[in-house]
Amino acid sequence: MKLSPEVKAALHEPATDTEAALLERTWARPRGLAGWLASTDHKEIGRRFVVTAFAFFLLGGVLAALMRLQLSRPELGLLDPDLYNQVFSMHGATMMFLFAVPVMEAMGVYLVPLMIGTRNLAFPRLAAFGYYIYLFGGVMIYVAFAFDTGIETGWFSNVPLAGPEFSPGKRTDFYAQLITFTALSAMVEAVNLIVTILKLRAPGMTLNRMPLFVWAMLVTSFMIVFAMPTVATGSAMLMLDRLVSTQFFNPAEGGDALLWQHLFWFFGHPEVYIIFLPATGMVSAMLVPFTRRAIVGYTPVVLALIATAFAGFGLWVHHMFAAGLPKLGQSFFTAASMLIAIPSGTQIFCWLATLWMGRLRFTTPLLFVLGFLFTFVMGGLTGVMLAAVPFNLQVHDTYFVVAHFHYVLIGGAIFPLFGAFYYWFPKTYGRMLSERLGRWNFALMFAGFQLTFFPMHILGLHGMPRRVYTYPAETGWGGLSLLASIGAGVLGLSVLLFLINVLLALRRPRENPANPWHADGLEWSTTSPPPACNYADLPVVRGRYALWTKGEPTVVTGLRRDRMFVLVTHVLDAQPDHKREMPAPSLWPLLAALATTALFIATIFTPWGVVWGLIPVFVTLVGWFWPKQDES
Amino acid sequence: MKTLHKLDVSELPEYAFGHRSIMWWGTMGIVLIEGTMFVALLGTYYYLRSQSTGWPPESPPPDLWFGTINTVILLASCVPNHLYKKAAEREDLRGVRIWLVVAVLFALAFVAIRVFEFRTLNCRWSDNAYASTIWTLLGFHTAHVVTDLLDTLVLTVLMFTGPLKGKRFVDVAENGMYWYFVVWAWLPIYATIYLVSRGGGV
Amino acid sequence: MSEKLNSALDTAGPQAGRIEDLWWLLFGFCAVVFVAVMAVLVAALVRRRTPDESMEPTYAGQRTALRYVGAGVLATGAILLGFLIASVTTDRGLDEIETGGARVLTITGRQWWWEIRYEDARPDRVVVTANEIHVPVGQPVLLRLRASDVIHSFWVPSLAGKRDLIPGRDTGLWIQANRPGTFQGQCAEFCGYQHAHMRFLVIAQPPAEFDAWLEGQRASAPEPATDEERRGREVFLAGSCVMCHTIRGTAAGSIVGPDLTHLASRQTIAAGARPNTRDHLAAWVADPQRTKPGARMPVPELPPADLQALVTYLRSLR
Repeated sequence: MKLSPEVKAALHEPATDTEAALLERTWARPRGLAGWLASTDHKEIGRRFVVTAFAFFLLGGVLAALMRLQLSRPELGLLDPDLYNQVFSMHGATMMFLFAVPVMEAMGVYLVPLMIGTRNLAFPRLAAFGYYIYLFGGVMIYVAFAFDTGIETGWFSNVPLAGPEFSPGKRTDFYAQLITFTALSAMVEAVNLIVTILKLRAPGMTLNRMPLFVWAMLVTSFMIVFAMPTVATGSAMLMLDRLVSTQFFNPAEGGDALLWQHLFWFFGHPEVYIIFLPATGMVSAMLVPFTRRAIVGYTPVVLALIATAFAGFGLWVHHMFAAGLPKLGQSFFTAASMLIAIPSGTQIFCWLATLWMGRLRFTTPLLFVLGFLFTFVMGGLTGVMLAAVPFNLQVHDTYFVVAHFHYVLIGGAIFPLFGAFYYWFPKTYGRMLSERLGRWNFALMFAGFQLTFFPMHILGLHGMPRRVYTYPAETGWGGLSLLASIGAGVLGLSVLLFLINVLLALRRPRENPANPWHADGLEWSTTSPPPACNYADLPVVRGRYALWTKGEPTVVTGLRRDRMFVLVTHVLDAQPDHKREMPAPSLWPLLAALATTALFIATIFTPWGVVWGLIPVFVTLVGWFWPKQDES
Repeated sequence: MKTLHKLDVSELPEYAFGHRSIMWWGTMGIVLIEGTMFVALLGTYYYLRSQSTGWPPESPPPDLWFGTINTVILLASCVPNHLYKKAAEREDLRGVRIWLVVAVLFALAFVAIRVFEFRTLNCRWSDNAYASTIWTLLGFHTAHVVTDLLDTLVLTVLMFTGPLKGKRFVDVAENGMYWYFVVWAWLPIYATIYLVSRGGGV
Repeated sequence: MSEKLNSALDTAGPQAGRIEDLWWLLFGFCAVVFVAVMAVLVAALVRRRTPDESMEPTYAGQRTALRYVGAGVLATGAILLGFLIASVTTDRGLDEIETGGARVLTITGRQWWWEIRYEDARPDRVVVTANEIHVPVGQPVLLRLRASDVIHSFWVPSLAGKRDLIPGRDTGLWIQANRPGTFQGQCAEFCGYQHAHMRFLVIAQPPAEFDAWLEGQRASAPEPATDEERRGREVFLAGSCVMCHTIRGTAAGSIVGPDLTHLASRQTIAAGARPNTRDHLAAWVADPQRTKPGARMPVPELPPADLQALVTYLRSLR
């Protein structure tokens, strides 16, 4: 170390203003467009990630509105069947692959390093790469859609319908590559979050002091690591069948149509929990400040998260009951599917108890939590019904299921997410969102949601299959469908109100104190918005509710401020282990993502795309990892 | 070191080997992901086999010769791999250089023989689902070998040209760990492609 | 009650009836659970508390609260166990159907219509029809389900739960109607372009009426009675229709599209896309893509007079 004695001495003391400024310069990214593109700051990437995911949410919402228009009356001809099929496929794929999973990862990318008291993610460049891959994949599919090459066989694209014979053209190839893009992005962000959570926690943040949102992200990331590879493998096999005539899914040549469904749902069911668990973490995080008390049952909640993750992998076959698999196996999956209600129930009872014991403050985030409880409990109960094979055989692939999974996904994930937007917006942007507009936003969203999706339960029981572009009047589905369409309008209005609220808030000057909610989490101890280095002095954690812990705060000293150093700690007890210098902002992740994108898209058109596409990928990766001269 | 309000970490090292390092955890994450993909492909093989009436359906099973030689080479490559990993942990640059080069030679030999493995599978990938599966399994494993070979080559060059810093030895050690994964993942694939396919009907 | 039943909650057979019973059981318990949970939630929100503006957090009361959480989890487990037993019992019940000497039908799902074969030991007594299944009341019928292209799913909500038709795998389903009536059915698994118009009817008739119907279907197509009908048959046989369709008793014997031998006896055309009226039939034959975009039937390109004659002939195929 070539440090002057003064700097060396100062290292051992908490930062003064000048030293904090030095630290800030060290961690700031270069200015200008190149610097913007090169950014590896988890806050900047997380923000872009959330905004991008929200843009896809809006696009998916527009597609949903189109469907509700087409279905509002029997035999309408607003969308022809070809377009309708693309619209519902794009809606599903957008919401699952481009919104729900990415937005949860994005919240993790933004919040986790702040919550665990470190300066960045473990692999900052990988975080940027993962974001760019996601962005390019999303743009790719929408460009394809604009050229009438959108997905046409649904978000789970069963074969043989999605195979080379029944889905000629390139539409399904774009679908398969969309999966490759999102799986790659999700997997790298998941590994990044796992390592960050396990190795970069502030000293003293032992595993049993870790915030519940961080626990949820850790468990979710592990689920991604095991779930995404199977669907990526499946989509690769689909590509191979379509591109080079392999026979994985062709029953005439020893292949099997159900193989795809097994591979897909082995990912597809955990996917639901990959979306839901981070949302439960948000609920737990928001309940604490707005009940002004410790969560009831921290340990049961953590155990429930872990149990959900394990059980989540054991029930994919309940998506395939109608395929007529052996009875004994089906009973097993019924039991497993019902079993998962126990950890979910545990969490709900813990939250209810926290609400009961707490002293409530009825803020907008809390309203969204209450809306979540109402909606998710109902969705969970219909989920338990669906686990019963005989009943499942009636309502599988009907609007009952459509209602169920929107109750679970919108109720279980979007309500908490909007609550989280209200809750953490001041941290990110230094301004509060309007509480008055927030209450309207919640009220409209809640009412619009129930109006849209409750009638769908009844439609399904009355025989309405999903994915039909129209229906005859004699079915009697017209009235309830119209009601659902009206509800969708209200739902749309509530999202519009949210956007207005955000725009109004951004126009106001920054006003906000570090901790407007009097919350307990570490992230509220730094300024709003946080500086590039997150914390001028890394905090030492002494309790589960970091800011509520009594006594004088302790900080880490002895980390160089002229280099991008973070503290690496032990996995279990978060004792300091070593210091690590983080890589500087770099354009290489962007270039590598561009090269990877070129490879993926070229592969849609020719198998040689893999061969030639690998060269630029290799070059950019070497550029990425090659150390800078000043290291020696 | 610890005072009431300050936790001074200035004496801590700037890198560490093994599971103390975040590189180790990152590599483990990749191993889990790729391992799951191997499991999904092996699962596909056994699932299709369980659904079929004859296995292999049309063709004779793959010839044993090249696959078995290559398995031996791969297992033997663990020796230079172990030696450069240990040298890296000792931060012994000379040892790292020597054994990295030897490891690269082993990997090159393996890839060369791999070409003959493909030629003696006795089927084409488009023949039937069995053929598609074993081609994909072999191809996917080859992709891993080639990836780690390229990675090792880049590290070898770096070890000769610099710029070098202590923590680069951590990268070398983690590269060695990934190679172990490539070796161990091969064994069930070898058993599946070469031995189970030989087992005749189901 | 609508004229053509189409509801899992308005059932007419033992299969759907058992599932309906299960539904009401699940619904009842779930409704009670939902109301109870919401009651606790509301009580937690409105219960009287001493006004307190302090931001001082509380930690107390964990232990008691957790006891209630534990009780809730236990209750959940008990209810789930009950559901599991009810589910498995109902599932067994679905197989308890008197199947001796049951009639066997082979249903083949195609993009986007249903081929229906009434099997018979004597090949000349096999009946092939499309999109309309007649069954005798009170007798079980075994449906063997095949798919010739992609996965479809056979579903008549008032009679039974759905079952997928999967290429390369044979599946099956028992159905039985306990009372006469017409039941709507449809493909429930997305199968492409015209999944929405892959509908069918199940018509349950008293056994004597059913037997008469089946006997009628066994007959070859009636001979044309008028010149117009004769001309229509010539148009049919001379044009492209014979490339895909069968009319028994004529030279047309292709099995790509639906068997038209008794087309006029059916209530709908184009797999439920339209009622089987002269106008709809004429519009359908003139340009199938207008009625059902994406349908596999090409435009026959007929002069208007030929078209009218053809429709007249088809209308005579009772």
